[in-house]
Amino acid sequence: MKHFLIGLALALVPVLVQAAPASSVITVNIRDYAYKAPAVTIHTGDTVRFINDDNDAHTVTSTDGLFDSKGLDTNGVWLHTFAKAGTYHYFCELHPYMKGTIIVKDMNA
Amino acid sequence: MRRNDFLSHVAWTGSGIAYTLSAAGIFTGRALADAALATQFVQISDSHIGFHQPANPDVGATLKASVDAINAMPVQPKFVVHTGDITHLSTQQQFDDARAILSQLRAPLIALPGEHDVLGNDFGTYRANFGIKDAEPGGWASWDDGGVHYIVLLNVFNFEKMGLMGNDQLSWLKKDLQSQYPSTPIVVFTHVPLYALYPQWGWTTQDGASALAMLSGFDHVTVLNGHIHQIVTHVEGNIHFASATATAYPQPQPGTAPNPGPLTLPHDQLLHAIGYRTVRLDHGTAGIEQFSLG
Repeated sequence: MKHFLIGLALALVPVLVQAAPASSVITVNIRDYAYKAPAVTIHTGDTVRFINDDNDAHTVTSTDGLFDSKGLDTNGVWLHTFAKAGTYHYFCELHPYMKGTIIVKDMNA
Repeated sequence: MRRNDFLSHVAWTGSGIAYTLSAAGIFTGRALADAALATQFVQISDSHIGFHQPANPDVGATLKASVDAINAMPVQPKFVVHTGDITHLSTQQQFDDARAILSQLRAPLIALPGEHDVLGNDFGTYRANFGIKDAEPGGWASWDDGGVHYIVLLNVFNFEKMGLMGNDQLSWLKKDLQSQYPSTPIVVFTHVPLYALYPQWGWTTQDGASALAMLSGFDHVTVLNGHIHQIVTHVEGNIHFASATATAYPQPQPGTAPNPGPLTLPHDQLLHAIGYRTVRLDHGTAGIEQFSLG
């Protein structure tokens, strides 16, 4: 009986892992005055990592005021986790023609 | 803002201020003949303190060289105006470093914010360090000096819309100009160009046309800005525009590069592409003389 319970518990482990899906980290490089993935689709709980590869500063600033990296210097990295589903538009405060979109889908939908 | 206020709002620049003003103003024949009053003011711009890329690894040194050159002028300018992007990333350390250099100016300093000075729409850090005393709550200002009406307009907020002054500032400007005679020379300082110089790179002010319509009724209007790190002149009616070089690094001419990123030049060429300029007003017409650091 004891062995049976241990075996049952071990058998449940992968099931429990699957029940709590891992979040992902998606990278968006900023290069040549553009977000190199201007539209990205992710799921709730995912994190987007922005890396500034340019020799000038940039920002990742929400058009709705929901997030703002502030000044992101050369080689600067900024991460933001999206908890809610929706479509998030952002731009560079220093070069406003640089625009991007993050589409966040509900993980449980 | 009146003259006394003007003097006090730059008090932080410290001792050694040489400030003279003829009671009759600068446009008298005597004053024009007087070499001591020949140079009206100096403009510097876009120092980007904190920038550390190959286009200029030591922006503090080139700003200091500009300050030293201005201080060495045999006749000190009435004031020095910095038309924005004092810092690169709006940090307190960068403002501190900029102040350490700019406070050495012998002449009074008026410093506008650029979009690099108000990142995150944080106006407070700029204002605490360089804000124009007695400016309007929004930061814009005007004053009269020597028969000239000077105006500071801020167009670096709401930058998503590529430079915007907003209705409050435009309403203030309309009221401010109503007290001026059409013959009064007007000098306007901004950071971003007021006209559509190159919108593809954000070199425009979305509601600039509204301000220019108000200014179009004056005989002599000079608009001096920074932001684009190069000399570009433009004329619309009686309004003369002149963009300034930076003290930090040059940027490409509009449309000549894929983006407006800093131009990296050999050091001697860099020094020729950056510097400061003197502006002399003669019967309302601005005479601009450029001085490079090389």
